[in-house]
Amino acid sequence: MSQSLEIGIAVVLILAILVLIFRIQALVSVMRGSYRKRAGLSNKVNAILFVVFALVGFGTFFWFSFGTEYHLPVSSSEHGIHTDFMFWLTMAILVIAFVITHIFMISFIYKYQFDENRKAYFYPENHKLEFVWTIIPAIVMVVLVYYGYRTWNDIFKMAPADRMEIEVMGQQFNWLVRYPGADGKLGSHSYKKISPDNQFGLILEDQTGWDDFAPREIHIPKGKPVLLRIRARDVLHSVYLPHFRVKMDAVPGMPTTFWFTPIQTTAEKREELGNPNFNFELACAELCGRGHFSMRYILVVDEPENYKKWVAEQKAWAEVNREYVVKTIKPEYKDKLPEIKVATPDAPTVAPADTTTPKATALNIK
Amino acid sequence: MSSTDIHLHQHTAHGHAHDEHHELPWIRKYVFSEDHKIIAKQYLFTGIFWALIGGAFSLIFRLQLGFPGANLSWLKPVLHGWIDNGGKLDPDFYLALVTMHGTIMVFFVLTAGLSGTFSNFLIPLQVGARDMASGFLNMLSYWFFFISSVIMLWSLFISTGPAAGGWTVYPPLSALPQALLGSGAGMTMWLVSMALFIVALLLGGINYITTVINLRTYGMTFTRLPLTIWAFFLTAIIGLLSFPVLFSASLLLIFDRSFGTSFFLSDIWIDGAPLAHEGGSPVLFQHLFWFLGHPEVYIVLIPALGITSEIIATNSRKPIFGYKAMIVSMLAITFLSFIVWAHHMFVTGMNPFLGSIFMILTLIIAVPSAVKAFNYITTMWRGNLIFTPAMMFSIGLVSFFISGGLTGIVLGNSAADIQLHDTYFVVAHFHLVMGSASFFGMLAGVYHWFPKMFGRMMDEKLGYVHFWCTFVGIYFVFFPLHYIGLAGFPRRYYQFTNFDAFQTFGDLNMFVSIAAIFTFAAQMLFLFNFFWSIFKGRVAPANPWRSNTLEWTTPLHPEHGNWPGEIPHVYRWPYDYSKPGAAEDFIPQHIPYSQTPSSNLPGEKDPD
Repeated sequence: MSQSLEIGIAVVLILAILVLIFRIQALVSVMRGSYRKRAGLSNKVNAILFVVFALVGFGTFFWFSFGTEYHLPVSSSEHGIHTDFMFWLTMAILVIAFVITHIFMISFIYKYQFDENRKAYFYPENHKLEFVWTIIPAIVMVVLVYYGYRTWNDIFKMAPADRMEIEVMGQQFNWLVRYPGADGKLGSHSYKKISPDNQFGLILEDQTGWDDFAPREIHIPKGKPVLLRIRARDVLHSVYLPHFRVKMDAVPGMPTTFWFTPIQTTAEKREELGNPNFNFELACAELCGRGHFSMRYILVVDEPENYKKWVAEQKAWAEVNREYVVKTIKPEYKDKLPEIKVATPDAPTVAPADTTTPKATALNIK
Repeated sequence: MSSTDIHLHQHTAHGHAHDEHHELPWIRKYVFSEDHKIIAKQYLFTGIFWALIGGAFSLIFRLQLGFPGANLSWLKPVLHGWIDNGGKLDPDFYLALVTMHGTIMVFFVLTAGLSGTFSNFLIPLQVGARDMASGFLNMLSYWFFFISSVIMLWSLFISTGPAAGGWTVYPPLSALPQALLGSGAGMTMWLVSMALFIVALLLGGINYITTVINLRTYGMTFTRLPLTIWAFFLTAIIGLLSFPVLFSASLLLIFDRSFGTSFFLSDIWIDGAPLAHEGGSPVLFQHLFWFLGHPEVYIVLIPALGITSEIIATNSRKPIFGYKAMIVSMLAITFLSFIVWAHHMFVTGMNPFLGSIFMILTLIIAVPSAVKAFNYITTMWRGNLIFTPAMMFSIGLVSFFISGGLTGIVLGNSAADIQLHDTYFVVAHFHLVMGSASFFGMLAGVYHWFPKMFGRMMDEKLGYVHFWCTFVGIYFVFFPLHYIGLAGFPRRYYQFTNFDAFQTFGDLNMFVSIAAIFTFAAQMLFLFNFFWSIFKGRVAPANPWRSNTLEWTTPLHPEHGNWPGEIPHVYRWPYDYSKPGAAEDFIPQHIPYSQTPSSNLPGEKDPD
């Protein structure tokens, strides 16, 4: 108690001293009559401070920008290489504009400080000059728009036919991921079918969904285009893969897609960064509520043969949840159920060696 | 009554003084006043109040971001249950703070506080009118804003907290109380408050537009209007065309929330049950929101640019360079501001073709913006610069306008935006170009027109200290955020500990938070200076900045009606600074050419 009293007294005293300094300063300026001068010493001090500010500011800016590893590592997706190039190209132009305009402004500030004996130059307009500096940014913009337009259209053109597809679904506050299984087709779903046992809302009678599997990590093979089929079941989310320069909102009621081609495996990235624990991560980039900051999911890029091995180990969702499926599915489909098999796309069917594969970990109910 | 009084003067233009003016009761003079100068001050004080709350909120969430895991139990006496027993900030309240910081700063401070203050104060004084076209609507405008403020303030104290779905209030998050604590009563109050706010803004805006068009004094043609007035005029037009769209969006959201409609909701399963909503589109809301939201950026920025034009010309003792180009640029920005909105939505699932169209339109807007920046700088070239505090803040604005505006070019590029969208790079961008630049415009305006508002001068030295602390502080806060954004950090994260990718930059985040506290503390200098000078400041001379515009021809403390005698006539544009041949380095607008034969350019003569 006494301590806070002391702090209180100290604060009051400091404030009193500051007010006193302020008053003395004001009275001195009245005594000197400096307020009657149009521009006094302060004018010079401020002009010099602007120059100091610019020098220190630019120094820090360049030192930090070129001396620090602040940005993300090189893109691990093909399109990301292009968007990164565009970003840095634009940035180079912007930095030039930033520096030049500031150099002009600061040097004018210093050079044209008030002088009682000088008159400013009456210079209301110069059409030639204005035309030139309208046309230059316009040309730069045309160039940037041209490159941006091409890159954007490349990214959003139809995904190649040899792509693989994965469904990513956002919910408060985690991701659910589903692979189409051996038939290459995702089973249909309806939000009305969602239940704690059926998190995807699968329509069980749709046989294309019987071999779908829901792993706890996303695995994708290097070099193969991947189409993400994105949806959300409660509020907006956004699929954000920072290392792949991928971002697309997940919208309830409106499926979205994004396709990209990974060009680096997780192992290669670990080696590049010298970090054996590195993992590609999936984050949420659209505010979705209290747990928005915690929607993490791991993505692994494998060499194609390892990917095949991994797929072979996966158990179909309907297999893992067989009890629920048998109980819920319409009776006339029950006979067909034994057809549900382990997902094996084009790899030879092997009995999963690892029987400890966790039971559909995507089903972590909040 | 007093408004008819004013009209009488307008039309008959008798030379006699405003003598039949009878004394109004105190409450009509200072509270329910129809005097535009009083209403302007009411907006200013309310704006300052909100700025303090909005700024304080940002400090609390900056504490969380800069010092994750710090014990904040010392805030418990103020925040009660929002700090848990371990001294941690509640994540729901973190989102509420972020949301309210945005809402308060964008709408209550930089729209109402900036436009409300300076459009009200300067339009009649600078166009030469006794008051706004309708003093009564003007009064209503403030009091609608006041009620809206009370409701928003009230929402801060309810148990489930204020709205927390981001200042953009995207549904479904904002529509479903089961999705977010703040989407309950807090969100209802947000919507009601915003609806009233829009009413206030429209009433004000209609007045601004009408006054500029109809009540200009004799000789005040559009090409003789100060750029401030052009800016306020265009801002009001933007507001009038765009805010009703937010009004409809809010209305539809209210329907979705309370009456079971499905404008924005579809296919939702939440809290253990599917909802009945079908066929709505969350993306539709985003289109409606940004149809206001993007023009809103210019509603906030253009008045600041107008104020800056005036201050830079006055204190460079030079005409603003390219007066007509400045007007054309503002007109272009006004028009373009309506057709760029979807650049906020490149990765929302909107058709990619729209993305490419909006990228093209967005980058076009860089051209008039660049012209404006060039013109400011050229105005200072070969000037005779006097660094008043207002001039310093205007220079600061130009700097922020450039550094923040440039990064807009990379964000407006849809391909590059895929990665940058919703990261701290965006936060850095708009805080510099729209937040800080407009804030500096507002401060510049206060320093410059304080003598007209209160008849006294603010302390200059304190103004300089305030400027340097704020200018350096703001760059310290927002420049590092670019790097944090390039490292991929997403916005609106309570903490970054969950991701390996976001483990870097703990030190930079701490630095930003300390800089934010420093910058906020520096604003206390301003507050002290402001309130001290209202009562104890040196009495102002009639025209302290040797400025050309009409407001400085009024008495030191203008009454309701502004000029005791006849309204001055205008004979020239407002930028005859340092005209060759003139004795002084300024010739006010109301001086006829016949009195300045030595400096008249060919063709400059008074109308017969």
